[in-house]
Amino acid sequence: MAAPMKNTSAPAGLSFNSTSFQKKSRSKLVSIPGTRPSVQNGQLLVSTGVTSLDYVIGGGLAVGTLLLIEEDRYDSYSRMLLKYFLAEGVVCGHELFVASAWDHPDEILQELPAPILDDVASVTSMEDQAQSCDPDNPESMKIAWRYQNLPKVQTALASSARFGHYYDVSKTMDADILQRSKIHMFFLPEEAHSETGALSPMTEAYASLLKSIHGVIHKEGFDGATPQSKVRNIMRLGLHSLGSTLWGDDLCCREKPTHGHALTTFLYALRGLLRSSLTVAMVTIPSHLIQNRAVMGRITRLSDTAIALESFRGSDRETNPLYKDYHGLLHVRQVPHLNCLVCEVPDSKDLAFKLKRKQFTIERLHLPPDLSDTVSRVSKVDLAAGCGSIATGNKHLDF
Amino acid sequence: MYAELNSILNASPDNCKQGEFTLISDRKADASFLVHHFLSFYLRAGCKVCFLGLAQSFSHYSAVAQRLGVSLTQAKEKGQLVFYEGLKDCLGVLLREGSTHESPTLDFLRPHCSDLKGLYDFVSSSVARVGDAAGTGPWAPPVLLVDDLSVLLSLGVSAGAVLDFTHYCKATICTELQGNMVTLIRCEEEEEEQGDEQGSDVLLKGLIHQCSLALQVQGLLTGYCKHIHGEVEVWWRGVANGMQMQKKVLQYKVHDKGAVFFARGTSSVVL
Repeated sequence: MAAPMKNTSAPAGLSFNSTSFQKKSRSKLVSIPGTRPSVQNGQLLVSTGVTSLDYVIGGGLAVGTLLLIEEDRYDSYSRMLLKYFLAEGVVCGHELFVASAWDHPDEILQELPAPILDDVASVTSMEDQAQSCDPDNPESMKIAWRYQNLPKVQTALASSARFGHYYDVSKTMDADILQRSKIHMFFLPEEAHSETGALSPMTEAYASLLKSIHGVIHKEGFDGATPQSKVRNIMRLGLHSLGSTLWGDDLCCREKPTHGHALTTFLYALRGLLRSSLTVAMVTIPSHLIQNRAVMGRITRLSDTAIALESFRGSDRETNPLYKDYHGLLHVRQVPHLNCLVCEVPDSKDLAFKLKRKQFTIERLHLPPDLSDTVSRVSKVDLAAGCGSIATGNKHLDF
Repeated sequence: MYAELNSILNASPDNCKQGEFTLISDRKADASFLVHHFLSFYLRAGCKVCFLGLAQSFSHYSAVAQRLGVSLTQAKEKGQLVFYEGLKDCLGVLLREGSTHESPTLDFLRPHCSDLKGLYDFVSSSVARVGDAAGTGPWAPPVLLVDDLSVLLSLGVSAGAVLDFTHYCKATICTELQGNMVTLIRCEEEEEEQGDEQGSDVLLKGLIHQCSLALQVQGLLTGYCKHIHGEVEVWWRGVANGMQMQKKVLQYKVHDKGAVFFARGTSSVVL
């Protein structure tokens, strides 16, 4: 199956007419690290960082699409998913763009989980490899001499080609791993306020964020404006808590907000940007604060993939024995069908998630079998009373 | 083009009806598969099609049409299809603030304009070129396809302005030029409050009143099912052809190359 990629070398006459969904007749595969073509429709997919989430949304996140996450009540698990997403970008060597209005993006990046690498050995650089192939090296193998000239095993730090990694939540990512990737940041309180006034339905904050994203995409060449002489790469956008009041939007405060269409216009324009470049975006929205449910429906339809997290923390479900194995429920609101009429439809929509130290698992919610307590208790009492009681008399009244 | 749907609607590419305003609406389901059906149907019928693709990119429609046997790029080159890509053009308006605007099509995104006159001018200019004698070939009466109108509501246009737009388009295309119109509107899952003037339910009621054929797609009332994707209610509203206000309900399942329609409860999974 020919994987759809952009034209690697556009002929002089053609302008760069691109969305990342453009199918090619010739399969000139340009492999970008950390991506793989989808088995359903040949779409280029990236991992979200959580392998079970990849499975739930159909194999991965398609390049050029928008993943919307409805935050849980205290923004704990949605923030965790955002960190997994960014950590996956660092490990795969993608560029990152982090935007936030509350915490500084640096703080989010300090908290990224450490990847679990296959090899515990230190990183071997290219110079070491060259030395090991030298036949006069005193470390030359005597027994396994056939394997002398093979390269040494590399750890996963040198731009991993694997799809989907595992992370250890109890440790944070090393600073030197973080420094290898290019990270752009947007922190709203530090941005210059331009006094242009309302020239579009978007608020000023969203407009400046959109401009910043467009500027970065254009400058780094993700939309193909500059001829790609270097290796192609993907950019990951992580936008934290859009729609909250810190972005200047009163969508979460009032039922009839004054900027009712600011966020929806922003999402529409963002999707337009994503479709024409090699970028993926993850947006978290505090949907539990939005009072107008109709707006939430519009926001869902304006994004491609949409999931909602509902954690049990603080609710009475925390002590419910049915849910004791899980931290919350995961609702898949929308799965896109891109370039095809129908996507792979999941069997069941009752999913629950659990955050373990080394894995964020998402499983189908099983109800445990109904073993009522009274059944076992009566039989135990019978056995215990049978040893020491006299023949007649009600067992329960013996004392 | 789905053969079963053609037989249900008594339509075929060889003699498609004229002056029809078809409305597709959905609630708790995705009715975009019907848009692809009508697009390939009218292109096969040889009509001149003006497609306002506001929801997805051109390559998405092109890839799906390829599976249904129609090439959108060829139709565009021949001049049979005029495609407007909303996602690409909105960036030009929203990013370049303050400079003079080039195309007035997306004028409603600018702050001091609240109607869809620019969009209507675009539509009327693209369908008006049907009568050109030079080289474009004799296309059958023009067709306007809009995917979808609820995107306009999300971008801040009021329901009244959208109804004005569809009214003008209907007058021009269906009545004057004897062409057809197909629009999609996606409605909210929960019923909106009574006082909500800008809601999609208000728009839906207005559009149902204007249309001559309504295809209302809904998810199953009993919940999610993998093999039956939903229900379609076909409502013939026009008084032409002697069919007065007839309704028919079918269930459907979308697969890779089309959709199958069957009477309620007769899905192959159930029987």
